Amino acid sequence: MLLKLKYDSRSVRAPVISKVAIEENALINIIEAKVEPRFGEIVVEVDDEIAERVAEKFKKYGVEVRKLTKSIEKSEKCVDCGACISVCPTGVFERGEDDRIVVNEVKCIRCGFCVGVCPLNALKLPE
Amino acid sequence: MKTVEEINEKIREGNVNVVTALEMKEIVAELGAKEAAKEVDVVTTGTFGAMCSSGAFFNFGHSDPPIKMQRVWLNDVEAYTGIAAVDAYLGVTQLSETLGMEYGGAHVIEDLVRGKEVELRATAYGTDCYPRKEIVTEISLEDVNQAVMVNPRNAYQRYRAATNSSDRVLRTYMGTLLPNFGNVTYAGVGELSPLNNDPEYRTIGVGTRIFLGGAKGYVIGEGTQHSPPFGTLMVKGNLKEMKPEYLRAATFPGYGVTLFVGIGIPIPILDEEMAKATAITDDKIETVIIDFGVPRRDRPIVKRVTYAELKSGKVEINGEDVRVSPLSSYYMSKKIAEELKRMIERGEFFLTMPVERIPQKEVFKPMRQREIKVVKSVMSSPAITISPEASIEEAARILIENEINHLPVVNERGELIGIVTSWDIAKAVARGKIGKVEDIMTRKVITTTMEEPIEIAARKMEQHEISALPVVDKDNKVVGIVSSEDLSKLLAR
Ligand code: SF4
Ligand code: SF4
Repeated sequence: MLLKLKYDSRSVRAPVISKVAIEENALINIIEAKVEPRFGEIVVEVDDEIAERVAEKFKKYGVEVRKLTKSIEKSEKCVDCGACISVCPTGVFERGEDDRIVVNEVKCIRCGFCVGVCPLNALKLPE
Repeated sequence: MKTVEEINEKIREGNVNVVTALEMKEIVAELGAKEAAKEVDVVTTGTFGAMCSSGAFFNFGHSDPPIKMQRVWLNDVEAYTGIAAVDAYLGVTQLSETLGMEYGGAHVIEDLVRGKEVELRATAYGTDCYPRKEIVTEISLEDVNQAVMVNPRNAYQRYRAATNSSDRVLRTYMGTLLPNFGNVTYAGVGELSPLNNDPEYRTIGVGTRIFLGGAKGYVIGEGTQHSPPFGTLMVKGNLKEMKPEYLRAATFPGYGVTLFVGIGIPIPILDEEMAKATAITDDKIETVIIDFGVPRRDRPIVKRVTYAELKSGKVEINGEDVRVSPLSSYYMSKKIAEELKRMIERGEFFLTMPVERIPQKEVFKPMRQREIKVVKSVMSSPAITISPEASIEEAARILIENEINHLPVVNERGELIGIVTSWDIAKAVARGKIGKVEDIMTRKVITTTMEEPIEIAARKMEQHEISALPVVDKDNKVVGIVSSEDLSKLLAR
């Protein structure tokens, strides 16, 4: 599961990810990170089974946690061209039986790359 | 042997046999071309892809007092007015002066076809017969006298596929190309595409009635850059009758605006030859993959492929499987072929024979240029260089004495290993750093060569926000240096 972590000016200075990883014996994969002196936003991936436990620990260290359950969304603006197929790192888009482009949401790691590729502006990453 | 008149008679009687190009492949495989030619009267084709060479002529009617429009904008997108007073041509790739790539001529056309109003703004110099100098008003498709789509180049028979050997993401008219051969993109729908089903252009020519953007349209000649087997068509149709589903504005990120146009062409099966032609399959349609990593007109060919390979979703390049994206919509193309089939079956669409054939041979010539200016003609040579062992002080002295800002760092063999700028030295001094040039130099140097066109060198500087490039030979030895000032003197002219 993907978790979005929001750090404030205090928590951003502490090594929170390392602490949580060690204390919860959890593997934490950083997907996306934006860290500034007074603020930070990091998206991490953890196993579904331990997600709850890990989220609680982050909160304890003063980090705001939001579960990112929603993956890429394709709107009705799509014309089924397929430009998105070859740019997605995990192969979320495929040409289906009837030649429509199908979205395999579970594979999405929310990297956001496809959003800036679709010529019809049909792809959105919901918060 | 059948004639188009006989086929039209069957359409009138309601017993015409129409199949799509995809169905025809199977029928010919099963019955053979001879039998298929007896069975089938019409084969419908379709294509739906980005077609930049598209646009529409408008006649806005006269205002009171009248104006001879010198410049005109529709929703801030400028149209061409170098024709009569209130006639204009709006091209789909023209960008909005306020929204840039987000909105362009294609969006204006889609908005109009959706029934929306757009703002018309025009300026003029004023004459005795056309005294008005300015006008701002709202118009819809209903308000204008004519709105005629005229597309100088559509329905490419086949197209070169694209990949990218460079180390940067490229944003092109062939979509987003990932670095290091990260993907391949291709346009066109191969065996479903109109011209591939009539490669000798026997039935598709001047005057052929077609499906264009959801309405009836006509082929008015070969398209610009027509160069068989990379054939193209010039087409026209009444924008007022078109449907938004088949005309979709798009933005290729980082490149610009274009219009997805839906075109369908019916092919009369006059004889066995036509049955054979329409049985063409993707594995017989060849094209090449070219490398957009080389920003020149003649981009190197990476590989020859068929549309069947491209359509499979993967091609091999340098021993690796590379994923492929189509840029034209197979789903929409099929839908168009099926819609056209229904229109003919219902007796709403009759076929025409061309009144003139389009060329079966033609070459696409490059532009006649006065000269291609290359880096060699503007660079300073030899370049003043420095050794990595030299002190920072020494570097500072050379920069000041020669009134330059960039100093390539070369090893004892004269090979480029880094660069120091006056800014690097200022920083080092400000931090109280004393030491050697190699401690402060930038090691990853962006370079150019003597034969590189100056426009490409200029774009490199712009992209990397730098103001000079060392010029190296094939052995990476520094032979000169070129600065943005050297280039701007030439480019501005
Ligand atoms: S690139 Fe956009 S329009 Fe094309 S298939 Fe993907 S989502 Fe649809
Ligand atoms: S956000 Fe990234 S992973 Fe998700 S579909 Fe788009 S490209 Fe693929």
